[in-house]
Amino acid sequence: MSPAVLLLLAFGLGLVGWLAARSRAWAFRRAAPGGRIHSLPNFHAWYVALWIAVPALLFAFAWNAISPGLITQSVLADPAASVLPAFGFERDSMLSEARAVATGSAAAVFNTEAQGLVEPFRAAILRYEAIGLIVTVLIAFAGGAFSFLRLTPDFTARTRVERAVMNLLLFASLVAILTTLGIVASLVFETARFFSMVSPIDFLFGTHWAPDPMSSGAVDGKQFGAIPLFWGTIYIGAIIAMIVAIPLGLMSAIYLTQYASNGVRQVMKPLLEILAGVPTVVYGYFAALTVAPAVRDAAQAIGIASASTESAVAAGLVMGVMIIPFVSSMADDSIAAVPQAMRDGSLAMGATKAETIRKVLVPAALPGIVAGVMLAISRAIGETMIVVMAAGASANLTANPFQSMTTVTFQIVAMLTGEGSFDHPATLSAFALGMVLFLVTLTLNFIALRVVKRYREAYE
Amino acid sequence: MNAPAPAAAPAAVFPDPVAEAKISAKNVSVFYGTKRAIDDVSIDIPRSYVTAFIGPSGCGKSTFLRSLNRMNDTIPGARVEGEILLDGEDIYRSKMDVVQLRARVGMVFQKPNPFPKSIYDNIAYGPRIHGVTGSKSELDGIVETSLQRAGLWDEVKDRLSDSGTALSGGQQQRLCIARAIAVDPEVILMDEPCSALDPIATARIEELIDELRGRYAIVIVTHSMQQAARVSQRTAFFHIGKIVEYGTTSDIFTNPREERTKDYITGRYG
Repeated sequence: MSPAVLLLLAFGLGLVGWLAARSRAWAFRRAAPGGRIHSLPNFHAWYVALWIAVPALLFAFAWNAISPGLITQSVLADPAASVLPAFGFERDSMLSEARAVATGSAAAVFNTEAQGLVEPFRAAILRYEAIGLIVTVLIAFAGGAFSFLRLTPDFTARTRVERAVMNLLLFASLVAILTTLGIVASLVFETARFFSMVSPIDFLFGTHWAPDPMSSGAVDGKQFGAIPLFWGTIYIGAIIAMIVAIPLGLMSAIYLTQYASNGVRQVMKPLLEILAGVPTVVYGYFAALTVAPAVRDAAQAIGIASASTESAVAAGLVMGVMIIPFVSSMADDSIAAVPQAMRDGSLAMGATKAETIRKVLVPAALPGIVAGVMLAISRAIGETMIVVMAAGASANLTANPFQSMTTVTFQIVAMLTGEGSFDHPATLSAFALGMVLFLVTLTLNFIALRVVKRYREAYE
Repeated sequence: MNAPAPAAAPAAVFPDPVAEAKISAKNVSVFYGTKRAIDDVSIDIPRSYVTAFIGPSGCGKSTFLRSLNRMNDTIPGARVEGEILLDGEDIYRSKMDVVQLRARVGMVFQKPNPFPKSIYDNIAYGPRIHGVTGSKSELDGIVETSLQRAGLWDEVKDRLSDSGTALSGGQQQRLCIARAIAVDPEVILMDEPCSALDPIATARIEELIDELRGRYAIVIVTHSMQQAARVSQRTAFFHIGKIVEYGTTSDIFTNPREERTKDYITGRYG
């Protein structure tokens, strides 16, 4: 008996309840004077169906979560379990082997001792499945009976169903929020473990980053100075990428909103937005295979001998191109939102189109443009694939854009996929880095949203 | 400008020199795409009078007004046929510089539209883009004169650096008039300048229009017949894209020649 069966059962019973309640409500309606009852028959039907399916499904989910534990306990209580070793890895593997045979997902046991547990497992699984099935059906019937008996011509089924719909919507919106909270909680927990080994001051203000995932013994906090990472992230994501993205994004937005004919706009805007849909790993190839060598050759040609193949400028350039659509679409929206009256006022003064754009439209749209830039920065500094492929791994603290640099995101990947054990400080440092990154992007997004909100109020 | 007066407006209507034509439209039609919004309109707008365009909604009076300083150019698909002469020069000829035209023919819109800049910068906007001033003190002088002529100086002289959008609706509209005056235009077009204002602010704008008369040729589009009667000396009645009747305001309101004008003025329709 699988969860799918319980699901189908709940829905099937719900459908039966739906049909029954509907025909009952139709009967009310025929009997009622003037053919009017408080709620339409469909609402009665949904009310009963919800009362049947929702509690039964909730129980089925809960049962699915707790029954494996109950099954294991009852098997352990069986005399055959005495053959098991007391604790540890072997005991767990034998139990799961026996369970696999009992459920039919494995043909035979590998450990002969586990053979004796197959039968108890099979019996326990059957027993608990039967209990689950019976209780589910009982709950469905109880819910159905309770709700069905409440139906009267005056029953406020519509109000109740609408409240249920609202709760469903509330639940849906909570899922995203709770997920965010869960992410933060897991980050906080691991970050706290990291900071119990490495001082936050060494981490936040140290300038030397060279964690050794294979080291053992005392932790050297001096290896975990993250300043070069923060610098690399800001240099690539917030400086080089923005030098590319802000002018190009803004100018393309101005062209598209003010100069392009309708036909051109309809072709160019989607094409520009395709940039945002290119997988970042593809940008990574492009940065590493095409842009980086070209940048190196160009730098060497003008006499910068230290230029390396992996350079901050290659990663930053490609990242800038990637976020052009973020800047341009926000700028586009906010320029288009400047009232036509503003534009007319300026043109009627004898201003040219360019003067109108420079002196009226862009200043009026500035808050929206700034917000777009901030969202773009938070996107850029969280970006991973391009820097992994093009920026390099060495934590240099330098202003030379032709040198290799590394970023927070790159080091998170490097530390988590490294060979260190999971509770090694080098691995845990990834969580601390993630936490910092999360806080920075959260702040940027928060500021951007506030700016956008104030700006919206200004025109309404 | 010495063109023969159109049949609808006999020369006898303008005996005095101040009524000599500043703008002369001849057989003007305006199209939006294929839709004809203005159909063969001819009119002489006098140099020193206030001319009112009245008529029911959608009759084309605003469209015609916007064609007088080529603001219709900003609407995709809009097209003007015929001739509009400003001091005898066709404003639609290919060599006409729209920027200079609009400096000579200013416009005030239905809804006050000050720029989100300081009061000072709002007024200084036009002089700056046309480069008419060399010095700061000269610009200060233009700002002060314009605000004084618009009757706003005493209310805002101590807060010229405040945002223009922080003023009340009536003050904003007078700011927009001051902004139009600042580039020293010859003609001021007003497209229902009081429709977003309360009666007191409206009365203030009407007084202002009366004070400005003589210095500029003023053309005002209005929905309010009382307003047309109060502020204008010439009135044109538009209906379905044509001028039904054009004459002195007192004639139009007391002694209309056309039945349709009479019906509109007495509130029979519109």
